[in-house]
Amino acid sequence: MAGHTVTRAELSEAVYREVGLSRNESSELVDTVLDEIASCLSQGETVKISSFGSFQVRQKSGRMGRNPKTGDEVPIEPRRVLVFRASQVLKARINAALAKLR
Amino acid sequence: MIKSELILRLAERNPHLYHRDIERVVATVFDEISAALARGDRVELRGFGAFSVKQRPARVGRNPRTGSAVEVAEKCVPFFKTGKDLRERLNQPAGGDA
Repeated sequence: MAGHTVTRAELSEAVYREVGLSRNESSELVDTVLDEIASCLSQGETVKISSFGSFQVRQKSGRMGRNPKTGDEVPIEPRRVLVFRASQVLKARINAALAKLR
Repeated sequence: MIKSELILRLAERNPHLYHRDIERVVATVFDEISAALARGDRVELRGFGAFSVKQRPARVGRNPRTGSAVEVAEKCVPFFKTGKDLRERLNQPAGGDA
């Protein structure tokens, strides 16, 4: 799988093509979209994008971990992690498309 | 925050743009990511995270109600790995709106 990696540049190019704003503005808008999502998440708020998926922040408590190489005990601090849950629409789209490829 | 609220925030930050265009920007971004994943491609957004597709092999599952064995076909699931900058931003002490 994963033949190709899509980057910000390609998203900007798609916005430029689809919306018809300048390349510069398209690229700034893509950054702004991601930045707004990140800023919302950093305040612990869930972000839901319908027919795409939702991003949720989860609080993990601290625990003792181990360095798997040396076996040393290492404390893992309490932290916040981000989980992405894909919507049914996105899952269905991926499976329908990949079934066709096979 | 839901998609329509995201569009409103972007509109506030870009008063010179048509609301309709901002809606199309947001739709295009998520549609491009979805299309890439549907092709089996990865999407890497530096500082934010990376979307990829993982393959789950066929397995024998169980109907939790009846306990009977059911064949579950091979499938693909989208996966997101948080980027380094975003991970650090989530853990900034002040709730971190940089």
